[in-house]
Amino acid sequence: MSSDTNRWEIGSLRLAPARRRADTRMRLIFSAAAVATLAISILIIYTLVKDAWGFFIDVPKGDLWNIGWFPRRGIFDIKTLILGTLMVTGIAMLIAVPLGLGVAIYLSEFAAPRVRRVLKPIIEVLAGIPSVVLGYFAISFINPNIITALVGGSNKAFNVAAAGVAVGILTIPIIASVSEDALRAVPMALREASYGLGARRVSTTFRVVFPAAISGIVAALILGISRAIGETMVVAIAAGAVGGGLFSTDPFQPGQTMTAAMAALGFGSDQVAGSGLAFQSLFFIGFLLFVITLVLNMIGDRLVRKVREEY
Amino acid sequence: MPELASALTPLRSSENSRKVNMTEAAETDQVPVFRTRGLAVYYGDFRAVRDVNLDVRGQEITAFIGPSGCGKSTVLRCFDRMNDLIPSARVEGSVEYHGINLYDKAVDAVEVRRRVGMVFQKPNPFPKSIYDNLAFGPRLNGIKKKNELDEIVESSLKRAALWDEVKDRLKASAMGLSGGQQQRLCIARCIAVEPDVILMDEPCSALDPIATARIEDLMQEIKRDFTIIIVTHNMQQAARVSDRTAFFTTEVNNESDRRTGVLVEFDLTQKMFSRPSDERTEAYVTGRFG
Repeated sequence: MSSDTNRWEIGSLRLAPARRRADTRMRLIFSAAAVATLAISILIIYTLVKDAWGFFIDVPKGDLWNIGWFPRRGIFDIKTLILGTLMVTGIAMLIAVPLGLGVAIYLSEFAAPRVRRVLKPIIEVLAGIPSVVLGYFAISFINPNIITALVGGSNKAFNVAAAGVAVGILTIPIIASVSEDALRAVPMALREASYGLGARRVSTTFRVVFPAAISGIVAALILGISRAIGETMVVAIAAGAVGGGLFSTDPFQPGQTMTAAMAALGFGSDQVAGSGLAFQSLFFIGFLLFVITLVLNMIGDRLVRKVREEY
Repeated sequence: MPELASALTPLRSSENSRKVNMTEAAETDQVPVFRTRGLAVYYGDFRAVRDVNLDVRGQEITAFIGPSGCGKSTVLRCFDRMNDLIPSARVEGSVEYHGINLYDKAVDAVEVRRRVGMVFQKPNPFPKSIYDNLAFGPRLNGIKKKNELDEIVESSLKRAALWDEVKDRLKASAMGLSGGQQQRLCIARCIAVEPDVILMDEPCSALDPIATARIEDLMQEIKRDFTIIIVTHNMQQAARVSDRTAFFTTEVNNESDRRTGVLVEFDLTQKMFSRPSDERTEAYVTGRFG
């Protein structure tokens, strides 16, 4: 500050140079983090697209639509993998959507605070179980106990259904936790308005709270589906068909998903590493996965915008 | 939550006779709409308000005034058993509604709220269309036919003096209305279930003076059909709109340093603001305190 006589000069309001430098430095650090993330993403997409394109150019197109997925024999029937992924994801959602949403609604609207304090962490622990463990759980428990009971023993030791159920279990905590947050974010004032009009708890939950939270719930479902599509380890362990497999629509037969097929291609094989069509096919599937997830997110976004109740 | 559990028990068939009694009582008007005796409300160990004895008459506007924390909202929320929603809340003493003990085990809080509506401090329309906001209550009561719902929506909006402003955009979101319109929508939504009583918890505190004036006019319009109890921080508002006024204040507890609300005086509004019997009321209404 200057002397008393010219206290109101502009000089006293000027930004100190040291402050300005500190500001600039911080801005640089944060924007560098943003740029680095962007650069990494671009690098990944570039690698993916380059090899995917290389594969697509080189592969005899007839081999992309064939009897099954046998990459080491040059048979790359893509529909085998896509159907496998759809089946696993579908079965997973049959398990995870009702259970996940049910848990979320119970925790947010019905459970006493004391129950919630105990139950919520337990569900979140479920999210922390490594998927490898669930893969073996699928073989040692789900398949012999649940799937066998369901189809009367006509299932194989490794099959798509068991893997799907395990992936579903893996997905429950994501759907439960994200949609519970969405339900709890609905203002108490809306619940009071509903109770004030003589609504019971069930009406309040399904006619007021659930619709108001719908965008968060759709987001939870999309996250869950993306997780199920991307799940690799459980399927690689429990669904069988490691080296490849015939096209099959039977969920009680061994099968392969896109991600599990990619993992299988990489497992300690010197034939594959480096170059060659089989190795490149890995990027092709990866690219397809990327597109599928992207489209899903866009559909979800559109859906949310359409049905959202903004509070 | 034992209270909540019983609150959610549906009315048994034996209670149907009680319902009939309720309406008969309303018609003869021999008993007050609400009568409290020795009413006290606790939140856990904390006693929010004590010893409230008052009779609320039908087809009148009763105002509750007093400084913050005096328990006026707490008492209001006893009348539609909204306090049931707070797990730690506990009610002592008696609250009678047309002579029926509101806190009787056999009384279902949900049935109470269908007869005693509530308008809240902050306008809380559902994030749905204007139409769906109005139709919410009637639908809960099992009305499904479109023409019936249309009629209720229109008449309720007209009675809440909102129809002309929104008739061309009933399908638009209620969230797009101004604050004052939203609050009138909430009143209309309340009217749509044809309650007996409308409780208003500082309904104008989030509104500007023009919107406030419209709500006050509206209250005068509808008081012929509904018993209204309004909690307000605004003494002029109480003086303008109400027939009777209850003044609450806070008292220091003997057992703890937290303050408990008490009812000081309850009388005709005119008397309360011109020659109150209690000096604390006089100090408050003349602005020397609170």
